[in-house]
Amino acid sequence: MGPRAKLVLFRALQAIPALVGVVTVSFILTRMLPGDPAVYFAGPAATEASIAEIRAAMGLDDPLPIQFFRYVADLLAGDLGSNLSTGLPVLEELTRRLPASLELTLSALVLSCAIALPLGVAAAVHQGSWIDHARRALVTAGVSLPTFFTGIVLVYVFYYLLGWAPSPLGRLDFIYLSPPEVTGFYVVDALLIGDLETASGALQQLVLPASTLALFTLAPLARMARAAMLQALSSDYIRTARAAGLSEGQVVFGYASQNAMLPVITTLGMVFSFMLGANVLVEKVFSWPGIGSYAVEALVVSDYAAVQGFVLAMAILFVLLNLLIDITYTLVDPRTRDG
Amino acid sequence: MSATTPESPPAGSGRGFLDHVLYVLGENPITAFAFALFAMIVLVALFGPALIPYDPLESNAARALQPPSADHWFGTDNLGRDVFSRVVVATRLDLMISVAAVSLSFVVGAAVGAVAGYWGGWVDAVTGRLVDTIMAFPLFVLAMGIVAALGNTVENIIYATAIINLPFYARVARAEVRIRRNAGFAQAARLSGNTDLQVLAFHIFPNALPPMMVQISLNMGWAILNAAGLSFIGLGVRPPTAEWGIMVAEGANFVVSGEWWLAFFPGLALMTAVFAFYLLGDGLRDIFDPRQRT
Amino acid sequence: MFLDGQDLSVTFSTRRGPVHAVRGVSFSLAKGETLGIVGESGSGKSVSSYAIMRILDRSGEIAKGKITFDGIDLTGLPGSEMQDLRGREISMVFQNPRAALNPIRKVGHQIEDVLRRHARATRATAKALAIEALQAVRIEDAERRYHAYPFELSGGMCQRVVIALALACDPRLLIADEPTTGLDVTTQKVVMDLLAELTRSRHMSTILITHDLGLVAMYCDRIVVMKDGEVVEAGDPKTLFAEPKDAYSRRLIRSTPRPGVEIGDLVEPPVPSPPRQDLGEPLLQVRNLRKVFSKGADTVVAVDDVSFEIREGETLGLVGESGCGKSTTSSMIMRLLDPTGGEILLDGKPLTDTPAAKFARDPRRALLQMVFQDATDSINPRFTARQAIADPIHRLTTEASSGRVEELAQQVGLPLSLLDRFPHQLSGGQKARVGIARALASRPRLLVLDEPTAALDVSIQAIVLNLLADLRAKLGVSYLFVSHDLHVVRLLCDRVVVMRGGRVVESGDAEAMLRAPGDPYTRSLRDATPVPPAAERVSSAAPVSRAAE
Repeated sequence: MGPRAKLVLFRALQAIPALVGVVTVSFILTRMLPGDPAVYFAGPAATEASIAEIRAAMGLDDPLPIQFFRYVADLLAGDLGSNLSTGLPVLEELTRRLPASLELTLSALVLSCAIALPLGVAAAVHQGSWIDHARRALVTAGVSLPTFFTGIVLVYVFYYLLGWAPSPLGRLDFIYLSPPEVTGFYVVDALLIGDLETASGALQQLVLPASTLALFTLAPLARMARAAMLQALSSDYIRTARAAGLSEGQVVFGYASQNAMLPVITTLGMVFSFMLGANVLVEKVFSWPGIGSYAVEALVVSDYAAVQGFVLAMAILFVLLNLLIDITYTLVDPRTRDG
Repeated sequence: MSATTPESPPAGSGRGFLDHVLYVLGENPITAFAFALFAMIVLVALFGPALIPYDPLESNAARALQPPSADHWFGTDNLGRDVFSRVVVATRLDLMISVAAVSLSFVVGAAVGAVAGYWGGWVDAVTGRLVDTIMAFPLFVLAMGIVAALGNTVENIIYATAIINLPFYARVARAEVRIRRNAGFAQAARLSGNTDLQVLAFHIFPNALPPMMVQISLNMGWAILNAAGLSFIGLGVRPPTAEWGIMVAEGANFVVSGEWWLAFFPGLALMTAVFAFYLLGDGLRDIFDPRQRT
Repeated sequence: MFLDGQDLSVTFSTRRGPVHAVRGVSFSLAKGETLGIVGESGSGKSVSSYAIMRILDRSGEIAKGKITFDGIDLTGLPGSEMQDLRGREISMVFQNPRAALNPIRKVGHQIEDVLRRHARATRATAKALAIEALQAVRIEDAERRYHAYPFELSGGMCQRVVIALALACDPRLLIADEPTTGLDVTTQKVVMDLLAELTRSRHMSTILITHDLGLVAMYCDRIVVMKDGEVVEAGDPKTLFAEPKDAYSRRLIRSTPRPGVEIGDLVEPPVPSPPRQDLGEPLLQVRNLRKVFSKGADTVVAVDDVSFEIREGETLGLVGESGCGKSTTSSMIMRLLDPTGGEILLDGKPLTDTPAAKFARDPRRALLQMVFQDATDSINPRFTARQAIADPIHRLTTEASSGRVEELAQQVGLPLSLLDRFPHQLSGGQKARVGIARALASRPRLLVLDEPTAALDVSIQAIVLNLLADLRAKLGVSYLFVSHDLHVVRLLCDRVVVMRGGRVVESGDAEAMLRAPGDPYTRSLRDATPVPPAAERVSSAAPVSRAAE
């Protein structure tokens, strides 16, 4: 095994404590369900006897460590509990809805990176220029605008006033059939079967929610890109490169921005954290049938077990994303390879 | 020996703190604006409820869904309640939630972070693991989980927001204390007879405070956003209580049919508050950093 | 002339208005010549060289003047043509070599970038040429080093890479901006000798920018002295050192420690060196001191079997290069760190019976104090000078701080009007005085001076050294003077202990050891330190003969 592979494996092992922590917290949260979980699961028409029965069936009388091991065993078997109103297993519903959330999150991420990184770099290179001011305005807006508010304003302007956007209800208008599932991303799947009309319909639905989410995540990315770029540009090695006559393009894009990307990669962790949270709000505004709106629906009917299933699923997803970031960083920065 | 040395003393001597604040505000109009905005929000939170033109909870079907007018500056909602009055009244609740949450996490986070940063060892290892575990969750999602587990109340919104803010303070405090733990002035303080606790409390902590003040201000905005986000998805504050997040949520249903003012004004208020705290962060840094005081 | 600067002025626009960093500076340099530009911080010496290279910061511009290089007007040259010249005709070597290299690019590739930029190599030949460039600066195993990242190399090795990068395209002019600042003296000598040899063999012209008069004396054909953005004097080293015309260069030369002078000769006008006191009983005894740091499975022996003693009124020098264990030793003596083994005795009683963590409350805390290397870092930024000096008075003595603070300020020559200033409102020399006053506040018997002048300009170093000598004579306090510079140590110390790799290499009388080092390492340390030629003694007062002599 090469040193790089070893290092990647080492990073992967480092994610285990985080997973253990996440599962523990999640267990604590499920045991803290409002009131007595047994009363809660027994429903409003329960009697003393039926509650006791449920309590025994759920194993709530057992010592906590045993309950914890049972919880972990259930998790390993893929059991996150069932949804109260639909009766379907939480995991099954989450997996079904996950592609919708991923499609939204990823397009927003790509969009915000595509805008924020060049903007941040350009703002640093042309410090104090109109680009820098535009960046500051955008970052300030991104920081202070609540995502759900941005979404609503966009809907009002682009749907109600201008009529450019379709009604903010889900991933695809009723007139289209959802494409056969390959990736789960409607736009991609429609393109795969060559159905341009459906693809464009899905894309139109996607634009507003993705932009809303992108505006929110743009702020930390652009700010970090600019700060990191400024720092890189004022470094000694840039002075060396200039003194050696390297072209401005090589100095800025070859030397400075490569170094500046390191702190940006680290920021991505925070960005993902914000994004997965904001995702819930955006999905609610646009009735997007992802896992966020699933959680909101569960909250409305007080199905707290389903909410906890969602929280755990998101946390595991986030741990994996952070692992991905760590590994990327390890591969990019030679200084981390010393272990 | 010769006392005439080439040591050029920098101009200006010790000014009063107030002078310095005024100087910074005069230097930077944006900071002055942020302070004005902040003062306004505090005043509205304190005196707003006494000055509003209508009862924020009184519904009146006859004047439902009226657009903004001279009578109803921000229009009326679907139950005929005055949106302006509701937005003003909500200021106190939103501010209270975020101030309570941020103070709570600042006190706990700063103490834990400072102790971990100064002494290191197992305290550091344990708190570090705890903070990492909180950070292993997407924070807003964790807040949802906490409120869902603790129960759907305003207090629990505060606790949840405090918990998800905790890592930031703990980390900033730890880092700021740690880089100063073996600084020359900390060593000098030990030689001057200060015990470890005195070194931490009188020498290191005051120097670590400015970056934390900036963090507080930035986090305050974030805390408001989170609390409002939680009530937007139906947690914490219950109708008919006036709160910005829930008002935007209620108003959202009417935006598609063109009644924009229901959601717009509370959203605007929310944005203004976050914006003010965000600008304040930079302003505070100028004021608390003694190197700026010349 | 090969390089000619006429009436050069550089202005930076700052928020507080324009700053004229360089004002009407003229210089010239012939082919094959080495020009030294000396000055203290803020003299504009580095800015001048950036102006030649036209790599000033965005806010800086050449306001006036003209620079010609081999007939080409550099100031009027379009940016793109200037870029072609840089690295090919004129190259530059910087201080802090590790930071001067791109941290995430292999050093070989960084050299290739320069070679290919100036069309000295193609994709096919680049690697071989880069390795050749590394071999030219005597990097052993260049094929392997080609693949190294800067963080994998030592400071001296990084500086060789920077030199290789600068010389890769055979430029005709090399500007070296403080090329050895931050390197140990022995490494400094190796790097400077290499630089001198390479430029000579390639018939290059060189500009050496430094604050170190010893370096220019040793390596330069001509010298320009700068102060506050202006040239105050220029000439060849011999005449300049023998009869400096300008008052500032005279003071600069005078304050540089060199063989044959006494501490009082460093200041202008010279003062009689204060008398050395008679040595009393042993005050501090260090026996078989040992310190092992362990991190996981790694253990580092920082201090190994170190023994020495300091008598009442004596000043002992502790000398060595970075990493030799001198700072760890002084931290243990100061009871900031617990030793792994050995004894530290004060008045014959062990100090180590109180652990370092509890020593703040030990009655002997007041007797052991320290002056720190970096005065700026060692004063709490939120304390005024008065608060900083009063802190040990409150905590360690029963005296009232009012009155005592003023007394201390007077002792160290700090104007009372400065007592209510914060550290950032004080100059480097003033902060050093605050640090000394604070250390004296609890009436210590032993003062550890941890490179107290390393961060100061030489003229201020001269004043601070004299202040320390005065205080010693007045207060009868003993010093442990920690330093890397044998020539500075000689001025103040009775005896010297030389350390290397955690162990004592040699110890003995300061004067005698400098004259005839017993250990080869001490000799290389002495010889590596560049010193300006011994000046004639321009003493206005007859120096008082030293008690030790």
